[in-house]
Amino acid sequence: MTETLTGAQITVRLLERQGIRTVAGIPGGAILPIYDALGQSTAIHHVLARHEQGAGFMAQGMARVSGQPAVCLASSGPGATNLLTAIADAKLDSIPLVAITGQVPRAMIGTDAFQEVDTYGLTIPITKHNFLVTSAEELLEVIPRAFQIAASGRPGPVLVDIPKDVQTQAIEIGEWPEPGRALPAPAADPALIEQAAAMINAAERPILYLGGGVVHSGAASAAVDLAEKANLPTVMTLMALGAMPVDHPLSLGMLGMHGARYTNLALDECDLLIAVGARFDDRATGKVAAFCSKAKIIHIDIDPAELDKIKTAHISITADVSDALHQLLPAVAKNDRKNWGDRITALQAEFPFQMPGADDPRSHFGLIRTVAACLDNDAIIATDVGQHQMWVAQAYPLRRPRQWLTSGGLGTMGFGVPAAIGAALAEPQRTVVCFTGDGSILMNIQELVTAAEENVNVKIVLMDNASLGLVHQQQTLFYGERLFASQFKASPDFIKVAQGFGIAAVDLDAVANPCAALMEAIARPGPCLIRASIDAEQKVYPMVPPGAANRDMIGA
Amino acid sequence: MNAINRNELDALNRAVLEIDVNNHPGVMSHVIGLFSRRTYNVEGILCLPVGDGRQSRIWLLVNEDQRLPQMIKQAQKLEDVIAVRRHNANHAVFSELESFFQA
Repeated sequence: MTETLTGAQITVRLLERQGIRTVAGIPGGAILPIYDALGQSTAIHHVLARHEQGAGFMAQGMARVSGQPAVCLASSGPGATNLLTAIADAKLDSIPLVAITGQVPRAMIGTDAFQEVDTYGLTIPITKHNFLVTSAEELLEVIPRAFQIAASGRPGPVLVDIPKDVQTQAIEIGEWPEPGRALPAPAADPALIEQAAAMINAAERPILYLGGGVVHSGAASAAVDLAEKANLPTVMTLMALGAMPVDHPLSLGMLGMHGARYTNLALDECDLLIAVGARFDDRATGKVAAFCSKAKIIHIDIDPAELDKIKTAHISITADVSDALHQLLPAVAKNDRKNWGDRITALQAEFPFQMPGADDPRSHFGLIRTVAACLDNDAIIATDVGQHQMWVAQAYPLRRPRQWLTSGGLGTMGFGVPAAIGAALAEPQRTVVCFTGDGSILMNIQELVTAAEENVNVKIVLMDNASLGLVHQQQTLFYGERLFASQFKASPDFIKVAQGFGIAAVDLDAVANPCAALMEAIARPGPCLIRASIDAEQKVYPMVPPGAANRDMIGA
Repeated sequence: MNAINRNELDALNRAVLEIDVNNHPGVMSHVIGLFSRRTYNVEGILCLPVGDGRQSRIWLLVNEDQRLPQMIKQAQKLEDVIAVRRHNANHAVFSELESFFQA
């Protein structure tokens, strides 16, 4: 049996067959046929963002909590350019995203038509792959393939640009293609696994270094099993937080620029670094030549281009890290590593992580710890980008993979609120907390009304220091205290702003009992903004100065 | 200014890359973009369809650089790249074209 459908209807049907149930986007002229078809779909819920970047980050939020590709939609021209930041962010953090954009009709491409921009050209360097669709038939191949590419190997964003006349072109459909799914990765080379196991067994001071790939590959429990069996002290990148519970006895927490001193010092002493799904990012390594300079390196990653890119490894294994860890586990010997464990304990005692004010809910650390005390491990924690992000990374007891949503690679201010909305849409049974700053929240503040419209269970904790805190910090420390363009002379009344957008708001500065007010605000279903003043002089410490070696940290 | 004579050119270490790709608009941008974003100059480009025209072969003449192995890995990751082969600079594909490039 055949049916006659337009390109727009085919697109929507393929999304339905793909299992997509929520999409975020904004319509416009060049994508109206798809919106017309989407309006007829009973399976897909469309979330109307207020800026396309918001739609992109909502899709990211969905993808980050579910691990499955999520979809955002935008029209041509400014709709597409507004998506670019969210797409680039997904590329750097390896998030599976399928962005669908409308384009001017084929005959008008290249004429500088109204709302025409070279979306294909613009997205080449920020996508894993992209398509400019030239016929309705092609959609049957391109849409499933977009999902397959987004989800396979190292995940990433894929853009599909669809001219308006392709959306309206009607064709007969006989058979539907299978939905696009992740292709299995090639298995790890058993000989290399054996060598790696021997190297781990022979090491006296090994450290396991987990990256975001461990979360993406669903390998967190395998990584913890390996660490426990071989007694491997374990560090995590910003992207991997939650892979091993931060209070696990083997956890050394986050490494790098704002890691604890004992963490970076332990890395400095290690004789073997086992990098799993990590890419030796400069924020993690500091000065590369001085990073783990005494160590041999085993590097396991699904993306062969990451191997030997920054540091040359002694053993490089291209594999899905989950598969590689499961192969490694039986080959690695139990080992109590008493001397190394004692040395780590001594480093922790001598160079502990300082959390001043942790008991005072009106301090930055105290606020984060109080929020954590109101929640269990089911909660999802999103952040924006800045000082608040680093403090949360340092102080929040993350214990579960996919609990933690943060813009790591691109470091995009404005990520937090829409990503939290997307997370809440994908997992409505959970409480989603978004820590943000007064600089970051203003970069996508319009999505507060989307949060109100969708009535998502998102609690926005606004740490307000009336500054661009990390800029303020760097100017103070490295630019002779010449503060310029980092302090806001005017600030909005965020309580009124939130209320104006239709969501509840609490000013912790104005309440007698901040703990009780926080508890109440977090327990009340639906979106809420919780504002607290933060001292602009507070720094994120300890800190590796830009370009310095990780052992040379400054501050507490 | 920035001009370098033929002898100097020859003195530089060069490499030739042979890249099999799917033949459709945009593939050249994908490949060349990998180089341009890293300010890695491509000295020579040749591209023609092969066989029935569904695939093309791109020949690139590039300077030897410590980044070249990473460039090859990045090129291999592209969806439309089927294979990348590396040759020495003395490969005939560019040297036989010299008569078309007299100043």
